[in-house]
Amino acid sequence: MDRDEFTIASATGVEVKLDVAGAGSRAYAFIIDFHIRLILAIAWFVAFALLSIGHVFPPPKSHDTPTTYILAAILPALAIYFLYHPVAEVLMRGRTPGKRTAKVRLVTTSGATPSTGAILIRNLFRLVDSLPALYVVGLACTLVTARNVRIGDLAAGTMLVHDRTDALAALVALGSLAGQTKLDTAALEVARDLLERWRTLEDSHRAMLARALLRRIDPGADRLSLEMTDAPDLRARIESILRGEAAQ
Amino acid sequence: MSEASGTRGWLAARAPVWRTLGQIAAKTRRSRNLSVEGAQELLDGYRSLARDLATARRTLGGSVVTNALEGVYGSFHALIDRPPRNSGAAVLRLLRTEAPAVMRSLSAPLLGVTALFVLSACAGWWLIATFPELVGLIASEEMVTKVEHGELWTDGLLNITPSSVLSIRIFSNNIAVSIAAVCFGIFYGLGTFYLIALNGLMLGAAFAFTHQYGMAGALFKFVVAHGTVELSVICIAGAAGLSLGESLARPKLASRLESFQQRVAQLAKLLPLLGALLIVCGLIEGYVSPDPSFPLASRLVIGACYFLVMLAALSGRLFGAGRAA
Repeated sequence: MDRDEFTIASATGVEVKLDVAGAGSRAYAFIIDFHIRLILAIAWFVAFALLSIGHVFPPPKSHDTPTTYILAAILPALAIYFLYHPVAEVLMRGRTPGKRTAKVRLVTTSGATPSTGAILIRNLFRLVDSLPALYVVGLACTLVTARNVRIGDLAAGTMLVHDRTDALAALVALGSLAGQTKLDTAALEVARDLLERWRTLEDSHRAMLARALLRRIDPGADRLSLEMTDAPDLRARIESILRGEAAQ
Repeated sequence: MSEASGTRGWLAARAPVWRTLGQIAAKTRRSRNLSVEGAQELLDGYRSLARDLATARRTLGGSVVTNALEGVYGSFHALIDRPPRNSGAAVLRLLRTEAPAVMRSLSAPLLGVTALFVLSACAGWWLIATFPELVGLIASEEMVTKVEHGELWTDGLLNITPSSVLSIRIFSNNIAVSIAAVCFGIFYGLGTFYLIALNGLMLGAAFAFTHQYGMAGALFKFVVAHGTVELSVICIAGAAGLSLGESLARPKLASRLESFQQRVAQLAKLLPLLGALLIVCGLIEGYVSPDPSFPLASRLVIGACYFLVMLAALSGRLFGAGRAA
């Protein structure tokens, strides 16, 4: 795991703890954003070519100065390339589509949403971070600094943290289940976690984990019958316990 | 009541509150103008989350619930601690007082950078005047051939590229050089030093080379309309880069990082103005400089007038700094 914790004092007296994103999450977000930028730029060129072919934007006659034509073709692509990061980060308050997918967001060192100025500074320093090629300086800086930040972040006083966007939904779901079941909180968390990850687990693993959990939360269950039960039935059993329908 | 059922009861009781908080957060993220009631609601939610988190940390330790609450609390913290929207008044304040203040703070490094630029230009002139065969270091073969045939490389530029495209290419390049001059100051000022010295050297060498063929006057004619401001802005960017380097070499605050961050934040206030000046330079260089129909006198007037506009802009007077005071 590339996780590091960063603690900030808050006005309420309860500290804010942020999970600092590492080089891996950062690179993942950047690669997604890079592809989005590339696809948008190519899409513009394709659209422009189609408009030209369809005579909506006809190519200039040979003796004309093709100024408007050239500008219309180049400017949007340049704007996408150079302004994608700052514009997306300002509009999405420290996020970009890539960061959102990688579940990271930009915050200041006080945990706040970065200002437009900080975002611009961060992006100007890409010039240094991208030296000599392929963001070598930025990546090296990310690997050696305490908060895994690149030079642009150091200059702007920002950092990338993990964005737990699904945390509130998880809390609400746990709270709702707590009102129905008689399981203790730890077992409830494990049961919900297992059901959440059910589809991503191998069939043999999910059955093994479900049996181990049921042995703990359903002491009355017969060990042999648990071994004979297949995964869908095991899941149904756990769900009924969570709904408070089965004996615990 | 057992501890387990107590915790369960607490979780169940908080679930509706957390659901409401989710709605408040979504509403806040969507809205650009939060009402007083909305802001109060958000603050109340933040406080209640702080209480919940403190409870969870005490009773549940490093559980899933505690971790989830840490995440929600962190995102609410960022929602509350947001910068104000940039209003017209803020932009005016930037142009009238903040950017001129930064400009004044750069007077000493600006003197140094200007001296460096002039000395490098003299060195470039001397180098090419003494060793003409070194011209290949600063000019392409095509440029050298053109000058040898009595033409400047800028002649007929408009026949190849339209002014608008030329302007965009030029101001993009100038802005990139200026940003580089500032940002490369992070290498304790050495990056900026190199960039300014190189630009000075190349300018001096170009003049020396064209002088050998009696065309220095023509090059001056090409440069004068846009060059006065363009070179000044690059020198100002260099001064900003050097001052950035100084903030690292001789920090004025408790740590180098704090000193560096403070200086970057100050210098950033000047950069939009420099960018705007360079855009106009690019337009002059694209539309006026390569156009042979502009005589030297008009170019001198344009160069001098734009230089005065630059001084007025950097002192804030162009935006009514004196009148506002």
